[in-house]
Amino acid sequence: MSKTANALYAGRKRTNIIAMTLCYAATIFGLMWLTLILASLLINGIPGLSLAIFFENTPPPNAQGGGLANAIVGSLMLTTLGVGIGAPVGILAGTYMAEYGRYERITSVIRFINDILLSAPSIIIGLFIYTLVVLPMGQFSGIAGALALAVIVIPVVVRTTEDMLMLVPNPLREAASALGMPRSLVIKQVAYRAARAGIITGVLLAVARVSGETAPLLFTVLSNQFWSLDITQPLANLPVTINNFINNPDPNWKKLAWTGALIITFAVLSLNIGARALSKSSQSK
Amino acid sequence: MTIETHSSSQSSAALPMRERISVRDLRFYYGESLALKNINLPLYDRKVTAFIGPSGCGKSTLLRVLNRMYDLYPGQRAEGEVLLDGENILQPGIDLNLLRSRVGMVFQKPTPFPMTIYDNIAFGVRLYEKISKADMDVRVEEALSKAALWKEVKDKLNASGLSLSGGQQQRLCIARTVAIKPEVILFDEPCSALDPISTAKIEELIDELKSEYTIAIVTHNMQQAARVSEHTAFMYLGDLIEFNETSNIFTTPKDQRTQDYITGRFG
Repeated sequence: MSKTANALYAGRKRTNIIAMTLCYAATIFGLMWLTLILASLLINGIPGLSLAIFFENTPPPNAQGGGLANAIVGSLMLTTLGVGIGAPVGILAGTYMAEYGRYERITSVIRFINDILLSAPSIIIGLFIYTLVVLPMGQFSGIAGALALAVIVIPVVVRTTEDMLMLVPNPLREAASALGMPRSLVIKQVAYRAARAGIITGVLLAVARVSGETAPLLFTVLSNQFWSLDITQPLANLPVTINNFINNPDPNWKKLAWTGALIITFAVLSLNIGARALSKSSQSK
Repeated sequence: MTIETHSSSQSSAALPMRERISVRDLRFYYGESLALKNINLPLYDRKVTAFIGPSGCGKSTLLRVLNRMYDLYPGQRAEGEVLLDGENILQPGIDLNLLRSRVGMVFQKPTPFPMTIYDNIAFGVRLYEKISKADMDVRVEEALSKAALWKEVKDKLNASGLSLSGGQQQRLCIARTVAIKPEVILFDEPCSALDPISTAKIEELIDELKSEYTIAIVTHNMQQAARVSEHTAFMYLGDLIEFNETSNIFTTPKDQRTQDYITGRFG
């Protein structure tokens, strides 16, 4: 190798080392905060973990013990209801956009608006439902909270459903149509089947997204000190409970808030892992 | 029925051949652009007709008119007449699903549905017939045997259709098509994604299927057209240049462009 070639090569190698170092540094910087957050969550949350957390209701201020049973059940109810309302709407809308309305002008308009909704601050959605449901009803209620969560779920599911159906190759639809299959069956039996894992992943991600939402619940369900399964009344839930308890000097409440945060985080983590495993298993097929 | 062809001579016209499909003055548009210009062409009953020509000549477009596959997309339209057993399939009000159950299609890339091998076949049958499980088993076996696939898959009918090799997948698609008992089968470059051995199998299969079905095949491979078809249509830039018996097209083409194409001077 000539002298210049050697010099050029050495120069490239140096640049490479610098770039690699910067990349590693940036990665470590990003991961550091995540680790710190998770570590403080574990350190502060684990001491509070006990069976009582799952079986006892939230305690009054300045009391000992107690748990988060009513908040956990309330959160499960709100999330189930919210996703139960939002996911079907989202899947149907996404189906329209990818299948029936793929070449319509309205579809690009819907997509644009959906993207705005997707990034709308959740507190605004809370206020929207507050005006639309809470004020006319005259009180905070579980159903209002579920509706707020549904409004957050819809754009997430619309987006993933459309994207996943767009990934289904057109020849597959043509092949189904070529057998004389009506459009509705082509979608239900062929396109949905091919996109199933992706659509389910989208719904799971929407569940993960709403299970930590606090702002929309503050304006809609509020919270409840007591055990309640009545969705027309205010309902206890984890995010608002955490929000209330962490801001209080009572050490027992603070401990419960940390444990609640830990529970939400791990629920979301396992949902994400589940979603990932699902999409992986469908890819390997 | 009289035989109308673009090129007038028809040397073996002594044999009575029934026109299963008659294409008359067909014009096809993608939006504003004219892709097929006044095509006139017969497809004879239980014969194989090959469409050859360079890329973009309109041969696949022509095939996709025959089962109105183009209807899935906006902005594509056909003018003229395509008679299937005397009925114009281009007229409005034709039931497209019914038409497509009569005119089946096999595509360039194998397209098994994401379901079991058994269901890939049973699925199409269930659309138009209500039959017992036992009868369905017979139908599935029959279809897979016709597609020369039964021996290879009879022990794994519940495996996913996607688990088969490319050549097997293509034969599965053929089985799926014949299972619903169409009258006409359209093949759109069915071997272009397959290896030579699978290609030979598919060609053999086409040869067997023509005893029951009217077949049209689009192919880039001239040897294939010569091997499998009785009639060949040579298309160029949206025109049907020459239609004749395959042996005539490949030995004594009438048009200079046909001659140039089959001798490999362009395309």
